[in-house]
Amino acid sequence: MNSILTSPAAATFLGIPGPVLFTLITVVGMAAFTYILVRRFAPLLRAQPDPRFSDLPQRLWKLLKFGFLQWRQPRYMFPGVLHILLFAGFLVLSVRSISLVVVGIVDGFVLPGLGGSAGVVYSVLKDIAATVVLAVAAIAMVRRGIFKPKRYEVPARYGKDHTWEAVLVLGLIIGLVTFDMLFEGSEAVSQMRAGNDVGHLLPATGPWLVAYLLGAASPGVLQAVHLGGYLLHELTFFAFLCLLPFGKHFHVITSLPNVFLGKLRKGTIKPVRWDVKEEELDNLKSLGVKTFEDFTWKQMLDFYSCVDCGRCSDNCPANAAGRPLSPRFISIKSREYAFKRYPIFGAVGPAGEPLIGNALHEDEIWSCTTCGACEEECPVLIEYIDKIVDLRRGMVDEGMVPQSLQKPLSALEKRGNPWGKMEKKRADWCKEAEVPVAVLDGGGSAETLYFVDSITSYDDRMQKIGQATARLLTDAGIEFGILGAAERDSGHEVLRFGEQTLYQSLKEQNTEAIQATGAKRIVTADPHAFNALKNDYQGLPPVEHISQTILRGVREGRIAFNPVEDQSKVYTYHDPCYLGRHNELYEEPRQVLESIPGLRQAEMERCRDRSFCCGGGGLMLFFEPEEEQRMGVLRVKMAQEAGANVIVTACPFCLVNIEDAIKVAGLEGEMEAIDLTELADRQVKRQVTAIDNCVNQ
Amino acid sequence: MAGQIYVYIAHKGGVIDDTALELIAAAKKIDPAARPIAVVTGSGAELDQVCAEAAKSYSQVVKLASPALAHPNAEVVRKALLAILPKDAVILMPHGYLGMDLSPGLSVKLDSTYVADAIDLEKTADGKLKAVRQEYGGQVSTHVLCRMDDGIVINVRPGAFSPDESRSAGGQVVDKSGELGDLAASREFLELVQAAVGDVDITKSDVLVAVGRGIGDQENLEIAEELAAAVGGVVCCSRPIVDAKWLEKSRQVGTSGQTVKPKVYLACGISGSFQHLGGIKGNPFIVAINKNPKAPIFQVADVGIVADVVEFLPELTERIQEG
Amino acid sequence: MDILVCVTRVPDTAENEIEVSKDGTDIERGALVYSINEADNYAVEEAIQIKERVGGSVTVVTVGTEESEEVLRREMAMGADKGILLTDDAFAGTDGRGIATILKAEVEKGKYDLILTGALADAGAGEVGGMLAAMLDRPYASLVNSIEIVDESTLKVGREVEGGNTEMNRIKLPCVLSIQTGINEPRYVGIRGIRQVASVQIPVHGAGDLGLKAEAIAPRVQRQDYFVPTFGAGAEMLEGSNEEIIEKLVEMLKAKGGLK
Repeated sequence: MNSILTSPAAATFLGIPGPVLFTLITVVGMAAFTYILVRRFAPLLRAQPDPRFSDLPQRLWKLLKFGFLQWRQPRYMFPGVLHILLFAGFLVLSVRSISLVVVGIVDGFVLPGLGGSAGVVYSVLKDIAATVVLAVAAIAMVRRGIFKPKRYEVPARYGKDHTWEAVLVLGLIIGLVTFDMLFEGSEAVSQMRAGNDVGHLLPATGPWLVAYLLGAASPGVLQAVHLGGYLLHELTFFAFLCLLPFGKHFHVITSLPNVFLGKLRKGTIKPVRWDVKEEELDNLKSLGVKTFEDFTWKQMLDFYSCVDCGRCSDNCPANAAGRPLSPRFISIKSREYAFKRYPIFGAVGPAGEPLIGNALHEDEIWSCTTCGACEEECPVLIEYIDKIVDLRRGMVDEGMVPQSLQKPLSALEKRGNPWGKMEKKRADWCKEAEVPVAVLDGGGSAETLYFVDSITSYDDRMQKIGQATARLLTDAGIEFGILGAAERDSGHEVLRFGEQTLYQSLKEQNTEAIQATGAKRIVTADPHAFNALKNDYQGLPPVEHISQTILRGVREGRIAFNPVEDQSKVYTYHDPCYLGRHNELYEEPRQVLESIPGLRQAEMERCRDRSFCCGGGGLMLFFEPEEEQRMGVLRVKMAQEAGANVIVTACPFCLVNIEDAIKVAGLEGEMEAIDLTELADRQVKRQVTAIDNCVNQ
Repeated sequence: MAGQIYVYIAHKGGVIDDTALELIAAAKKIDPAARPIAVVTGSGAELDQVCAEAAKSYSQVVKLASPALAHPNAEVVRKALLAILPKDAVILMPHGYLGMDLSPGLSVKLDSTYVADAIDLEKTADGKLKAVRQEYGGQVSTHVLCRMDDGIVINVRPGAFSPDESRSAGGQVVDKSGELGDLAASREFLELVQAAVGDVDITKSDVLVAVGRGIGDQENLEIAEELAAAVGGVVCCSRPIVDAKWLEKSRQVGTSGQTVKPKVYLACGISGSFQHLGGIKGNPFIVAINKNPKAPIFQVADVGIVADVVEFLPELTERIQEG
Repeated sequence: MDILVCVTRVPDTAENEIEVSKDGTDIERGALVYSINEADNYAVEEAIQIKERVGGSVTVVTVGTEESEEVLRREMAMGADKGILLTDDAFAGTDGRGIATILKAEVEKGKYDLILTGALADAGAGEVGGMLAAMLDRPYASLVNSIEIVDESTLKVGREVEGGNTEMNRIKLPCVLSIQTGINEPRYVGIRGIRQVASVQIPVHGAGDLGLKAEAIAPRVQRQDYFVPTFGAGAEMLEGSNEEIIEKLVEMLKAKGGLK
């Protein structure tokens, strides 16, 4: 179909022939865009290496799931659906935009493959897409500009409100689709007047509406609208393109690559340097992230990809408790710092400028419990924990460690536990286990090794978890041993608090001690130890959490439970971060609870992968953060809201925090906390004689 | 043969320190027949007041007056003492902030022996001094032995000896200020900066609930607050609690904190270092609650309970609230 | 400013239970772990901070055994430029006066504007700093909790005194100060830091190097024994169930006016 109106490529604008003008606009636009991108990616070239191209199938799957299918968006239903529509619309319209650019230069240009009926189908599709995008952008603009959801607020300490940025870009999007609609609608009217069939003009789409509105316009007006619409579309298009790398809308360009390049192994911490072996770290002059260039290029790409949606901080327990940490602003502040340090024009900032004090501050980096709620929620798979750990590594290397953490760290170094208690007392809890426990510190072997870890070994209250675990293992018919004085703290938190060298030393001692026992498998009741041995350590036999062991015992008929007598108790299961989110063991503990007859259960709203951290384990117990309230108190209140009066957890640190929180919240008598092992131990069917036979050897 | 015993008299604002009388008892432990000479440094009317007071208990009081001695600057005091003391003098000093500053250097300058922070003294058959000292925060004690005949400076822990209250010496004040030479010093006193006053005045309360390291966690302070409310007292603490910034400095009892004179003192999770005990005056009824049965606090308390304060206190509070 | 900090290695008493050995001549050392004396660590941090402000050098010195080298390395990892170990069989069993004498000999081999010590060690008497100052004829202040550099030859120092008050003094350099805990927030040193200074040479000086004769360091004060202070001398220990204890205690408190 030949066009009736003079096309942009055939027209002249202020005496300049269309192809010349639009070639100029395109060349200038693309040159500017390319220059900006080159400048933006300059720091990535100076960054640390980060191997992100392995496991292609897994990465492509991630790209499809989280990228194209926008998997995480509906976790926030309304804005999520809006974004999915906008994203889908953009995908369709990107093809249109490319062909539009060329149309101004080559008259009547059609993208290869979009000639015949495919072109008609596409044309209908993009009209729908444009209309949807227009509607969504308008709704989003009203939402951001007028209703202003709380999640997007910028607390004073983090700078000024970002609303204008969102509204500006939404405005540009509205402009883009509207100008195209004017361009196309004006031609459609002209065609209709000429009696030509414009069947692909779907009613209720934008171009249809434009055609309807312009139905009475003179040919001169139509011509002006046609050319003006095109010119404005081109200008807006390149302005939009060049504006993207200046803020949160950079994600339009970087988020799909970022998803593709995302972290593959949950629960792990990245090595200090991907290009330096662990045993060679001593040769490095500096350890961890101290300056911006100490980040890896992928960590920088994360900053560029942050959409400022605030979902991370909305889920961050530290943020909820009023600690000085908001993961969203780790990204935003770092991005702003990157933009300042690597300006579009001008020289790069001073070499060696520390990040702490300039972009970030100490307290926010120490406030993180590494619970992983932020990462679980981020739609574009930004990784926070590795950065927090890298920054802590840098601070530890500079000696910038809070006083409250120095004593436990030095005790871990000297005695292998954060309290500085004597090694020989590590197995003292066995005395009250009521079953024989083989202590393997003087040699000896065991099929199954029970890794107890420090808190269960030494804390009066948590020793009960160890004792319950020992009995349950015995019930399940498992012959097991413990390392006793040869056991060291797993170092799970030592690693996550950035004391790499100390962690490595603990790991080496444990690995050697475990291997010496010849154990074929390891079991632990501490999710932190579980994660350390399973994901941080190398070369160990398979590790399982006690909830898996109990469940297998139930399934194999070795363990059976008595019914719960007290029907006034409603139990709710609190997912420990390092069991749930980091290792995806959501079902096993719940199935253990379900196998206890008559146990009434309620689920908290924030459960499974949305579980709310109780306050953190390991060294976090020693750290004294500034906070408005305790995370544990918030968690206990959530349990209350769920109608529960017993919180079941499966982690000694959760138990410490929640039991404390019950006291702080003044809910003693109304709420109680119990470990899964204690509950199972209480309910398990045992023949009385069996216990008598096993009394402490 | 040991030399004459001298006692340095500490005073403040014209008021003689308790240690002035305690050191008489200390001197008598070395030699029951001792007639110790008091040495007082200072200036003006306040000094005369202190000398007169000292003369009630000491047969001889040496007065050393100089404007340079108005504030007890260890370097100046040392010069003054060197001007009048014989080499073989046996000098008793209170082991306070001045004593710690002064005595080590004084002993060097006199080329005599120094014994720090003695809590008991005795003279052996062969004329040596045997003193008792504490180490490792009072967890263990030790006997130290030294010669006295070349002169000795002994710093005695305040409160270690019962004061000799007889005040029957009717002694003389001898002004030896004329013997003082040049008192110029390389260290100069500028001012005393008063510690900030806190929200609660612990010195005004008859009942104190004192918390120490044994409280474990900042959150557990609430348990102590509840007990304090139940007994109508206030919460105070030992130094580690202030160092950890869990409570304000104004709540600290001890030589580096406040001096208190309550009727009842509930020491909860406090091990009982002498620096802490140094801040408790007026012989209150001390109840000590501590997990560690070997805690030194049990030696000075009237009543002791071996328990974890975090568990014990809430039960006690509950019982008291029941009336 | 060239600063010398005198440090010492002590048993870490945080969780160590100090017990007297069977023969009563020493404490049980088998299960103890050792570290730098806490106040000394603050002194080193203070020295490093002064160096960071005005330049100069920080040297740490200790009188001890070969094992004391670990605390020197730890403080060097913190930022001290140099460590010196003073050890000799002849030093064993000396007292505070002897240690001050040994240190004095070492001080005279160098040129130091400022000498710092910790205010007190767990097993010590807080005497070395004052004695060293007197031996060197330098001004001294103890229990220092703040240092301000006025000019090249003068410091303004705060001293901890009664009632939590602070006594401000002007003091001339060169001088000796004993540093109280809490004056600063010492930086962290881990295994890595210590390993990084593992190959730095630490000069070792003995009695001969320092020109010290045995009688100069013979102890004047000799420790005879260790003993556990009589336990429970004053306190009437309440025993029984918590309930029984509380009943008794409440009665006593009522009698003493501790309940209103």
